Amino acid sequence: MTRIEVLKTYKIYIGGQFPRTESGRYYSPKNKNGQSLANVCLSSRKDFRDAVVAARGAFGGWSAKSAFNRSQILYRIAEMLEGRRAQFVDELIKQSSSAKDAENEINLSIDRLIYYAGWCDKFQQVFSSVNPVASSHFNFSVPEPTGIVAIIAPQNTSLLGLVSVIAPTIAGGNTCVVLASENKPLCSVTFSEVINSSDVPGGVINVLTGKSSELIKYFADHMDVNAVVYCEKDKESQQLIKEKAALNVKRVLLYNSINWEDEEKGQSPYFIIDTQEIKTTWHPIETVGSAKAGY
Amino acid sequence: MAKARKNNTVKLTFDTLQYAPAPESKSIAKIDAQYDLFINGKFEKPLSKKYFDTINPATEEKLSSVADANVADVDKAVQAARVAHDKIWSKMPAKERGKYIYRIARMIQERAREFSVIETLDGGKPIRESRDIDIPLAANHFFYYAGWADKLQYAFPNINPKPLGVAGQIIPWNFPLLMAAWKIAPALATGNTVVLKPAETTPLTALKLAEIIQESDLPPGVVNIITGAAATGAAIVNHADINKIAFTGSTEVGKIIQRAVAGTDKKLTLELGGKAANIIFEDAAIDQAVEGVINGIFFNQGHVCCAGSRLFVQESVYKIVMQKLKDRIATLIVGDPMDKNTDVGAINSKQQLETIHKYINIGKKEGADIFESNCILPKKGFFCKPTLFTNVAQSSRIAQEEIFGPVLAIQTFITEDEVIEKANNTPFGLSAGVWTDKGSKVFNLTSKLRAGVIWANTYNKFDPTSPFGGYKESGFGREGGLHGLSAYLNV
Amino acid sequence: MIAEKKIAAIPDFSNSPHIDHVGVEERASRFTKRSIKAETKLNGLKLTLNMIDLTTLEGKDTDGKVKQLCYKAQHLHDSYPGLPTVAAVCVYPSMVSVAKKSLEGSAINVASVATAFPSGQASRDVKIRDVKFAVNNGADEVDMVISRGKFLQGEYNFVFDEIAAVKEACGTARLKVILETGELVTYDKVRRASDIAMYAGADFIKTSTGKISPAATMPVTLVMLEAIRDFYYKTGKMIAMKPAGGISKSKAALHYLVMLKETLGDAWMNNHWFRFGASSLANDVLMQLEKERTGVYQSANYFSVD
Repeated sequence: MTRIEVLKTYKIYIGGQFPRTESGRYYSPKNKNGQSLANVCLSSRKDFRDAVVAARGAFGGWSAKSAFNRSQILYRIAEMLEGRRAQFVDELIKQSSSAKDAENEINLSIDRLIYYAGWCDKFQQVFSSVNPVASSHFNFSVPEPTGIVAIIAPQNTSLLGLVSVIAPTIAGGNTCVVLASENKPLCSVTFSEVINSSDVPGGVINVLTGKSSELIKYFADHMDVNAVVYCEKDKESQQLIKEKAALNVKRVLLYNSINWEDEEKGQSPYFIIDTQEIKTTWHPIETVGSAKAGY
Repeated sequence: MAKARKNNTVKLTFDTLQYAPAPESKSIAKIDAQYDLFINGKFEKPLSKKYFDTINPATEEKLSSVADANVADVDKAVQAARVAHDKIWSKMPAKERGKYIYRIARMIQERAREFSVIETLDGGKPIRESRDIDIPLAANHFFYYAGWADKLQYAFPNINPKPLGVAGQIIPWNFPLLMAAWKIAPALATGNTVVLKPAETTPLTALKLAEIIQESDLPPGVVNIITGAAATGAAIVNHADINKIAFTGSTEVGKIIQRAVAGTDKKLTLELGGKAANIIFEDAAIDQAVEGVINGIFFNQGHVCCAGSRLFVQESVYKIVMQKLKDRIATLIVGDPMDKNTDVGAINSKQQLETIHKYINIGKKEGADIFESNCILPKKGFFCKPTLFTNVAQSSRIAQEEIFGPVLAIQTFITEDEVIEKANNTPFGLSAGVWTDKGSKVFNLTSKLRAGVIWANTYNKFDPTSPFGGYKESGFGREGGLHGLSAYLNV
Repeated sequence: MIAEKKIAAIPDFSNSPHIDHVGVEERASRFTKRSIKAETKLNGLKLTLNMIDLTTLEGKDTDGKVKQLCYKAQHLHDSYPGLPTVAAVCVYPSMVSVAKKSLEGSAINVASVATAFPSGQASRDVKIRDVKFAVNNGADEVDMVISRGKFLQGEYNFVFDEIAAVKEACGTARLKVILETGELVTYDKVRRASDIAMYAGADFIKTSTGKISPAATMPVTLVMLEAIRDFYYKTGKMIAMKPAGGISKSKAALHYLVMLKETLGDAWMNNHWFRFGASSLANDVLMQLEKERTGVYQSANYFSVD
């Protein structure tokens, strides 16, 4: 008798745990041949709420980690991803990619993590400044993470888009809640498992599956979210996000014509800077110039 | 030697609070009876045919009447800016653009005294501040950004930045000329053209700046300055041919603007309100800290978005800090803004004075203890005594909401963690102050306080090279420094 | 300003408050922004004259020079009626008796530097005898120097004890303690030395000998005024202040008065609690007073140099 395959349960990822959606609702995305991919959690606004609480809880610790340490952890994610590439290739093919495209996507995704792992302890140097103020003060400006970033991941890819928006966000010390591609959600769940085994503290990355049409409003109006990332061209959604974002003056980042496969356009330290604040610090300098020794 | 000494001690009054009046001469300021809109290089009558008065808040006398731009006027200004952008400004070699900005900077310097006097007459701020801070900083801001015009490729690695187009800029009444400089200088340096609206209570120095811009031969339409109130601002925000909105003002209006541009591709930067914590630790240089608190809340009558309006004092030094604070407040000279000795001038408008009084009453009702300066306020004009509230709870409205006046809410704390948590426990995040003699503590605080500008052992310092702007509901985007350029470029 | 009367325990001087350099200089410069006009100016100039310790401290001083100075002290500018006299004449101990005799009948005090002025590099015994010699010859006030070397070595007890011993030797004469701030260099040290001097019994704290540059500056004086204020807050005891050296213009003197007034208040605004140690300041003030009276700018030729 042929062996019965053990099917995977696709759960969401909140605060380092893999719960089912509290709503008890599921949906079945289909591939281009109309085959059902799996039963996937149809996350609710309460799942989102829980995820934001987890992200807020993790923010202090994650942003306080040394940049070097964050870099090590991003690199570790890449390592783990490399180790499970076959599983991702399978899922990508299941979600209608050709074998070649699947191979390409997993390669790019791993490389993207490596790319941002490298930036973790460098972008600050590129975007900082020491400002030559006219008074006797030492004055410098440095980037700091903006806080909790709610991300609606690119819809047309299952893995690469997700990685491309998560990596710069967490590289800069933010924590995030990500809504995976609605029609290609499989990799997001498997990627969560990768994250969970990669030294990323629980709550730093939270991954939901479901419908953006349902959740987008909450991503934009939650008062404890500091920035929203949206990657689609839909004008109505863009307007909705911007309007709701005004409730607490969220930063809104629209990445609507980005080709994530393009290594020139799909990755840069500017994606990190998008979810950074510039902090400027002043401190008096006791004596300026050798001629003014003493007073 | 114990024989009684004669006494040669004379007693003469040297009254600091009433130094003989030392008024700045008004004769240098030429204020016309009426001002039109500065559009396309010319002063044009408003299509609205309407004008409104601007008054001196220290005397309540009318200074001038200025045009009230309507939608059609705004459209005219935007069209002029569009043509100037497409045909001239974006095509001009960057170094020539820079030279125009340098020219404007120099002309502001040359007319600094006139600007200072008008700024004080129109806005109520002490002449000492207009003269020593606002006007020189405004000129320096133009100088700083002039030099950036032909160096933008060095500011953003691996990007060839391009201007956005026409920028609509709306500025507040607390630093009228300085805010105009903060807005116009980087916009021009990056190749944008501008439609700027000053606040309705303080339009005069912006209109004087328009005169300078006219004299500087800047191509017509590159800078358009139009006056009006909220409706004019809304017309700018909603104009379809504007690419960028830059707003400085209240968080409330900032949110309205953010919503208003939601359905467009306009790039937006907001510099909004604040409720900054100013924190004194027991190991601080107390006398300088007290001076920093004074400067933090009474500078410009407290009409400062980054004012240190919440004071946190470590309990072990609370008594001495309060004693010194009260003694120091007694020496503040409140009154005629045109007097060179005045420390605290007039509240900018009747409406703002009412807002401040409302909050003082709230503070009293909330059970906080009030301490007011014993100064005597002028009978005419809008004035407010420097005011302290003690026994303030974190949950008090006077500790949570922006008052925008000379009113300080004082709380105590015991530990470092406690004060960081309380300081960050606000929707705002514009600025903060820390006073301690210990370097490692300075950096712990400056890295944990969630605000865009942190003053350690100093307060309310500004410089063209230093980026300014907030976290959270204090807005987004930076003004000043290298980081101020990106607000006007497609990076 | 109100302070509670208390017995002050002697503090650990290594814990004296720290001073922020930039902050204190900013504050000091704010006083110079005050514009002083009309009667306030006139009163300020007269107060300044009355607060001057007219000083000659030269190796080449003679009886004749001191006598001339004492005459000048009593007759600053007789063509201007109603001028106050200076507060004191300040000389070396060897000149005290001459000065005392010359000033007989006036209300002007004789101040004498002592304790191996200006370096202070002598034994305790020599210093005490120096003080007693001055006092016995009629000095009303003694201007001592602290042992800067010992202070900078951190031997605060030595400095404290020395001041206390000198104070005892002074008897009823008022003691001015010169910190020589130009040798202490930092504001933190100026503050610490001020605290030591006040707790050890100084009646005045004084910036400088006039032999070291920089002498008195506005920020250094402000640091000392704030030390006086803190001492008053703690003990209820007023201490007087004397900036010395480098103040030669009446405009600068008025800035000092603004600083004094806005830091310590009215109680200190007389020559019992504040002095200027200066030699050429008096004439500049006189020229200003004449200018105010006559409306024309003055020439030094019309004012006696000594």
